[in-house]
Amino acid sequence: MKIHLNLLLVLLSFSTFAQQNFPVNGVIDQRPTSYALQHATIVVDDQITIENATLLIDMGRVVGVGVDLDIPAGVKRIDLEGKFIYPAFIDPLTSYGLKASVRKPRGEAPQYEAITEGAYGWNEAIKSYFHSASEFNVDTKAAQKLREVGFGAVLSHRADGIMTGTSVIALLGDDPTQEMLINTRAAFHLSFNKGTSNQSYPSSIMGSVALIRQSYYDADWYQREGNKIQTNLALEGVNANRNLPQFFKPEGDLQRLVLADNIGDEFGIQYVLVANGDEYQRIDLIKNTRAKLIVPLNYPDAYKVDDPLDALEISISDLKHWELAPTNPGVLEKNNIVFAFTSNGLKESKDYLKNIRRSIADGLSKSQALKAMTSVPAQLIGMENELGALRSGMRANFVITSGDLFEEKTKIFETWIQGKPYKIADRDEVLLAGEYDLNVKGQQYALEIQDATKGKISINDSVSWVVTVKLEDQLVGLSYKDSSGALIALSGWVEENHLRGTGRSDSGQWISWEAKRTNDLKPKPEKSPAESTPDPKGALIYPFVAFGNEQIPTQEDVVFKNATVWTMEDQGVLEGTDVLVRNGKIAQIAKNISSSGVREIDATGMHLTPGIIDEHSHAALSGVNEGSHAIVSEVRMKDAVDAKDSDIYRQLSGGVTMVQLLHGSANPVGGQSAIVKFKWGHTADEMLVGGADSYIKFALGENVKQSNRSNSWSTRFPQTRMGVEQVYIEGFNRALNYDKEWAKYQSLSPKLKQKSVIPRRDLQLEALAEIINKQRFITCHSYVQSEINMIMKVAEKYDFNINTFTHILEGYKVADKMAEHGAGASTFSDWWSYKYEVKDAIPYNASLMAQAGVLVAINSDDAEMARRLNQEAAKSVRYGNMEAYDALKMVTINPAKMLHLDQRTGSLKVGKDADIVLWTDHPLSIYAKVSKTMVEGTVYFDQDQDIALRDAMQKERTRIINKMIAVKKAGGKTSTYTPQEKHRWDCEEFVDVEILND
Amino acid sequence: MKKMFTYFLTLLGIYSIQGQSPTPASPQSAPIAIVHATIHVGNGAIIENGTLMFNEGVITHVGEMTPPAQYQIIDASGQHVYPGLILPASRVGLEEISSLRPTRDFAEAGAINPHVRTQVAYNTESELMPTFKFNGILTAQAAPESGLVSGTSSIMMLDGWNWEDATLKKDDAIHLSWPTRYNRVRYGSSSNERPLNKNYDDEVRSILDLFIDSKHYFENPPVEINLKLEALKGVFDGSKSVFVNVNNAKEIMSAITELKAIEVSNLVIVGGRDAYYVKDLIKQYNVSVVLDELHRLPSREEEDVDMPYRLPALLYKEGILVALRHRGALARSRNLPFYAGTAAAYGLSREEALQLVTSNPAKILGVSDYLGTIEKGKWATFVVSEGDLLDMSTNRVTKAFINGMDVAIEGKQQVLNQRYFDKYSK
Repeated sequence: MKIHLNLLLVLLSFSTFAQQNFPVNGVIDQRPTSYALQHATIVVDDQITIENATLLIDMGRVVGVGVDLDIPAGVKRIDLEGKFIYPAFIDPLTSYGLKASVRKPRGEAPQYEAITEGAYGWNEAIKSYFHSASEFNVDTKAAQKLREVGFGAVLSHRADGIMTGTSVIALLGDDPTQEMLINTRAAFHLSFNKGTSNQSYPSSIMGSVALIRQSYYDADWYQREGNKIQTNLALEGVNANRNLPQFFKPEGDLQRLVLADNIGDEFGIQYVLVANGDEYQRIDLIKNTRAKLIVPLNYPDAYKVDDPLDALEISISDLKHWELAPTNPGVLEKNNIVFAFTSNGLKESKDYLKNIRRSIADGLSKSQALKAMTSVPAQLIGMENELGALRSGMRANFVITSGDLFEEKTKIFETWIQGKPYKIADRDEVLLAGEYDLNVKGQQYALEIQDATKGKISINDSVSWVVTVKLEDQLVGLSYKDSSGALIALSGWVEENHLRGTGRSDSGQWISWEAKRTNDLKPKPEKSPAESTPDPKGALIYPFVAFGNEQIPTQEDVVFKNATVWTMEDQGVLEGTDVLVRNGKIAQIAKNISSSGVREIDATGMHLTPGIIDEHSHAALSGVNEGSHAIVSEVRMKDAVDAKDSDIYRQLSGGVTMVQLLHGSANPVGGQSAIVKFKWGHTADEMLVGGADSYIKFALGENVKQSNRSNSWSTRFPQTRMGVEQVYIEGFNRALNYDKEWAKYQSLSPKLKQKSVIPRRDLQLEALAEIINKQRFITCHSYVQSEINMIMKVAEKYDFNINTFTHILEGYKVADKMAEHGAGASTFSDWWSYKYEVKDAIPYNASLMAQAGVLVAINSDDAEMARRLNQEAAKSVRYGNMEAYDALKMVTINPAKMLHLDQRTGSLKVGKDADIVLWTDHPLSIYAKVSKTMVEGTVYFDQDQDIALRDAMQKERTRIINKMIAVKKAGGKTSTYTPQEKHRWDCEEFVDVEILND
Repeated sequence: MKKMFTYFLTLLGIYSIQGQSPTPASPQSAPIAIVHATIHVGNGAIIENGTLMFNEGVITHVGEMTPPAQYQIIDASGQHVYPGLILPASRVGLEEISSLRPTRDFAEAGAINPHVRTQVAYNTESELMPTFKFNGILTAQAAPESGLVSGTSSIMMLDGWNWEDATLKKDDAIHLSWPTRYNRVRYGSSSNERPLNKNYDDEVRSILDLFIDSKHYFENPPVEINLKLEALKGVFDGSKSVFVNVNNAKEIMSAITELKAIEVSNLVIVGGRDAYYVKDLIKQYNVSVVLDELHRLPSREEEDVDMPYRLPALLYKEGILVALRHRGALARSRNLPFYAGTAAAYGLSREEALQLVTSNPAKILGVSDYLGTIEKGKWATFVVSEGDLLDMSTNRVTKAFINGMDVAIEGKQQVLNQRYFDKYSK
């Protein structure tokens, strides 16, 4: 292809050197800066490649690229025959040239307020005012490492905080920082990780989300009005950088990318998302974000699996990820997602190119790979006219390689930064390789030099001598032992197609030698592993953890035949009855339903009940407590739902279909609940029960008083039950005022609204106001009778009700008052004596409260107990002589009522959601097992299918483990797997979890 | 409801002051016969419409005969008789409120404490005791829990005026906590990776050194007494057992091979979550296993969801002697019978499952001459229940006897229940 590109031959004058305004000690030593790199294959960008072309550069810029260029006099010519030139790579996410922030030592006591000096905001994790440019310095050692990979420029920022400030763009030369720093405000950066901030808030993912949202709202307010009453550099930082590209690094798994994107949607911001490498697992979700991605290449090594007991520790998801991680870029490409690669997260920088090549073998196109290394990152950082291609006028940042970049053996010889060469390896190395006629002491030998280190002399078909080759710049050394064992050492220089020099025989005699190049090396038939054997990979599973299915289960119409049906309605228990399910709803309950075209499930001898509902759960959450402030009504549990938690499947195996995911009990006012149905394999959003009422967690007693923590935790108000009451009163008073202010504003005419000040939006007060306005309902963690009574009185003062008391282990002592107030009670069956405030807890609590007329449920607050809630309900039969039917109501229709969802689920009634459990025995019996659990007409747990899943998982494990063993045998890299331990949350959780760098 | 009412009337007669545990029972004063009962012997056998006679604390007859005239008759028509359940490796009597340090007496400071003895810390007035008896648990091994060598347990009855009274077998076993190759994830850490325990080898060594040193110590006792070495007396001749808390397969392997190599005689694995992976080794050395509560989650993500439930059956079918316990906070131990019920739902017959909490722990604890089955010559330590003891919906203990003593099964919880039942009945 002969292309003549916009050739610019006006070479710039020498006088424009970079630091002309700096005093010089001595004379200015500015040299010519024009080069013509000739006869190379030039990859101009991912579209255009020109063979046998010339790249003409001057003053650090490309001034021409093409064939048949006229090369002016005074231009240094470099012959690159056989070599390739690519635009230098760009890493859009590094911390090059910046020192990491250091966490200040802190005492044992929590730090609730910001202590940074200056006019900043209330939270130290909001570092929106920070500019990486102010601390950036060229780091020649790090630059060299990056150049060796082929990078010419990077985006660099100090990743510290939730809003971390702005980044810079730097060239990777060794020239002064003033010249290498080419953009001082490249992008604005965010994360969920508070970094080195020692401040307690936020201590959870939900808190991080809330802090970001509130910061945006505050920044808007500050823009409008707030700056009249305060100066806040943090909020100014948010506003001042709104027009920059916004880079969000969510960490964790792909669910966090969706979470970050949702925040962006709320504020009209499209973030560039920093991916984690697992996007292939739910590419549809990633595609929906419409975000451009920065994608890591940190593919795991094969694990050491020789010892089967050690291998037991490796989770199926980690095994499968090892196999599938390199397919991630290819999957992104197929889905037309725009992405750039980063070396961020690689243990060794040389893995950058190696892993890109792996991904090419696994489905990524070469042109897309090149884009992701050059033009896309350039575009992400707004430098597409300067970097990432070799068009005229662009910065002369490029690499010279021995061949096609994506071939296994291709080497990078030089990385040029702004027209200045940095040598990585000797360019002549490949030149040396070839066949030679070697003449030593008048003898002719057939010499073959394989590369710059080795060769051989063939005497005949069976005899050859090994030759050690050494190349230093243009000087070459050869040594070998001849047939007599005599060591011959030759030293010389390289000429075109000739090696010449002098040497020494083993007798010490000086000799002359020369080698004349006769031929190139005959190419060996190469077998790259990608071409040779197609590499079969395992299927995706949903979710991507143990017991995930290859197909997400789907809704079907079924009829359960001849079951004992526990309706949980007035009809009671119906023997020998059929239940027809159509379109996810209960369509008919009757004897002998004739049902053509629907699957029949023989339920003879079995029991059918509504799905178990757990009013108090922390399963499927990646965080539970925003344990910092006394009031955290602004945080939302829906931001922490983890659809990949295998406890979902385990609880389905115990008949659980719907749960309320509650915030923990670390504060008087906790976060907003999420009500989900356990639709295993679906996303968190899909599991949320649409249209459900809003709930919030409150908590009383020892946890909110921090009584069971060390003495250093004694500074937060409240430390007593007296203080707890005041927290509520203060909170509700403020919420009332807030509500009035907004109501006043909303009542204005559009005209007046325009003239008025829009009140500040406060997510915390907004949620409290919703409670007063009966738009949000309380589930209140409570134990002793005094506090139960107190919170009811507080609620009555503000004219609302406590919807549900949870735990409520002394509820039996004030059950009459609770009944009068209208509160429900969701309690444990028999837990007690784990702390002082439960010393009077008795297993008769449920039956006594029921006797007093309270709506009672039994809940779990525990991932294990949740799957036996039928048995926990049975304990009220054992202790409190409760009727079995009433006991089962406590885990079905009663919690449904508490969640205001009893019109939709909680009983077997025509028209309700088909949330159904088929039991092998009386549902309150310890001998009953779940045969099937159905949510909205979809069977998510099935005893037989469970066995099939176990088998499939074992087969898949074995297949991948064998593959890992093969990798090790073939000399591949392996690493030791570190056993994992999953954190399980319960309400008593009171850790200030550091979401990040410890 | 009527039945419940009369039941509580009798209860109030014996126990009316809240906050005080029930009065300990007096020794058996007259021969008693339980008649027309379904007797679950505890060894797999069932006797329908059976008669159980006992005198001076000892069972005199089990079968179908009509009792002689001098026997006081208790008609248990429609009811079931079970051996008193046994709770091994427990904090019974050593913990009251798990989060309150003043009420915790099972964990001594330091790593090597074979000499500390639970017997003397055993609190017979614990308010938890009645809750155990209420569900059928009558005997327990009060065991220490801390460091590497935690101390010496004793086997205690759940009734008595003081620890001396309540002792069934003094200093029955040394309890070890085998080191783990990986530590737990630090509380509050963001990473799920378990840090490597760099001290693993040293910790194992320090346990083994204690045993080896004590062997030499007894071969040639020095003048000065070493309490720690002294405490190991009996572990090599089998008169004192060694209970090892260990769960991971490789750690179980190392615990068994290391301790057997130094000739520890009676070895019991406690916890044993991975026991099935090393079942052959366990069988080879005739080691018994005390499993943690079955009501727990699988140890690993891809483990069968019902693996904890099935584990007892898997081991039982291999011929391994298995018992059940509850690990950690004591209060929930009252569910022991239901753990056995779960084992019955997952692979064992109900009578086999019953053995996991009766005859098997009696054998493992070395008290099968007295306890574990309802057989002539053994102690009259048993419970009467209206229904299946192993199912929470039917378990209704109406009577409990320890060594022939008619012990109270009700406590503060029943008093509080009655108080508020009455309040809301008005």
